[in-house]
Amino acid sequence: MAEHYQLKCRECGKLWGNAPRSFCDECLSPLEVSYDMDAARGRFTRKNIEAGPTNLWRYRGLLPLPEDFQSTLPTGFTPLVEARHLSKELGARNLYVKNDAVCFPTLSFKDRVVAVALAAARQFGFKVVSCSSTGNLANAVAAQAARESLDAWIFIPADLEPAKVTGTLVFGAKLVRIAGNYDQVNRLCSQIAEKFPWGFVNVNLRPYYAEGSKTVGYEIAEQLGWRLPDNIVVPMAGGSLITKIRKSFSELIALGLVEEKKVKFFGAQATGCSPISDAVKRNLDQFEPQKPATIARSLAIGNPADGYYASRAIRESGGWAEDISDPEIVKGIQLLAETEGIFAETAGGVTTGVTRKLIEQGHIGPNETTVVCITGNGLKTIDAVSQEYALAPAIAPRLTEFESFINDRLAAVAGN
Amino acid sequence: MMKITVEIPTALRRFTDGVQSIECNSATLPELLGEIEQRFPAIVKHLRDDAGQVRRFVNIYVNEEDIRFLGGNEYQFREGDRVLVVPSIAGGAPARPPSGPTDACG
Repeated sequence: MAEHYQLKCRECGKLWGNAPRSFCDECLSPLEVSYDMDAARGRFTRKNIEAGPTNLWRYRGLLPLPEDFQSTLPTGFTPLVEARHLSKELGARNLYVKNDAVCFPTLSFKDRVVAVALAAARQFGFKVVSCSSTGNLANAVAAQAARESLDAWIFIPADLEPAKVTGTLVFGAKLVRIAGNYDQVNRLCSQIAEKFPWGFVNVNLRPYYAEGSKTVGYEIAEQLGWRLPDNIVVPMAGGSLITKIRKSFSELIALGLVEEKKVKFFGAQATGCSPISDAVKRNLDQFEPQKPATIARSLAIGNPADGYYASRAIRESGGWAEDISDPEIVKGIQLLAETEGIFAETAGGVTTGVTRKLIEQGHIGPNETTVVCITGNGLKTIDAVSQEYALAPAIAPRLTEFESFINDRLAAVAGN
Repeated sequence: MMKITVEIPTALRRFTDGVQSIECNSATLPELLGEIEQRFPAIVKHLRDDAGQVRRFVNIYVNEEDIRFLGGNEYQFREGDRVLVVPSIAGGAPARPPSGPTDACG
């Protein structure tokens, strides 16, 4: 086999070559991409990376891409923002925000995983790509499939936010709305994947897709000047992102691109759907599935595919997991917006609110370098916060009207 | 006698002589696993771990509902229940025949 990577069972270690499959036929455990690290040593260097394009393809040396793969899609390499005002507000000094709310092309970190998954879809000859999604993945698959001239079939829970529905349809994707929650959609997709010869990015292409998440970690390390943070706070839905960021840090250490450091991983969930944080807090070996009930719909996965690995990664790292209520999620969105000018979706409210909680609890030290991962854009979940803002009546386009308006405002403020 | 139907996922059909669904009479999940294993002994080590528990990454559904929400091992099957066995990292059949396991990184 020409490739420098192949699928390997995470539990029994059996090697499976490269194929559209996501679990081991022997023990039914998930497969993961493993790399020939000796081959990577010469290729995956700071020099080569820095000479690459300013997008996630600069890390192609440790992505499952065929040698002749070329992409013109400049996704990834989103800003790492020094969050001085948020730090001050939370009583910390060194918070950074990794802002995937502005990831290209569909404003969430799912653009990364889909970019890598579609490379695999091409390699395996799929003409149709598909996914089960809580919204952001739907947008990412639909957009990139359009650009790649692939047909896209997208499966979502019927009650998704309108922006995420329209943001899928606009790309010409076929949308199937399921009367059920994400876990039911996902289970259905596993059955559909058995009958239809489609590339489901998060089903039969999942091992490849998941590797795209590592680029969040590579970027954070590079943007910090090739060093690792002390802590990282990551929102958890299926639990894949947090495990893949951890994998990326381990690879950087193994190849000598950064100094060894035990980074603490912190997972963030909504209390209304918190199977992973519950497992961490109760020290359960296996999480208990939940029926999601939260405004953070992009995190509403009650039976997370990587939940077991996520809780294990958190524990091994010395980190912790927390969850917050829906009102706290709204406050989290407002806090990040008002302090850093970043409008995150509900999942970002979760991450910000949980970061506050972790600092208050003492899990995160005020002087430590902590990266807060924002994974989606607030414009997609605007209904979650719009009711917080009562609109003042419109005024006539007349200076006297405005003077009267501002006097009323100032009087109201003084009256408080 | 009460009958339930069990759908076998593609990955496990090589242990059921290609049979896609089977009729069973068991009252609970532990009994059902025993019944399936009696008929297809080769399936045992794939469905259960060394301790005899259903493997961590296998989900069991009854009529579209995860059996863990119905009481898990305590759930009493009802006439006509359809039981699905699904690897939790849903996989599906490869679109083309798999290249098969390889033993080296090329």
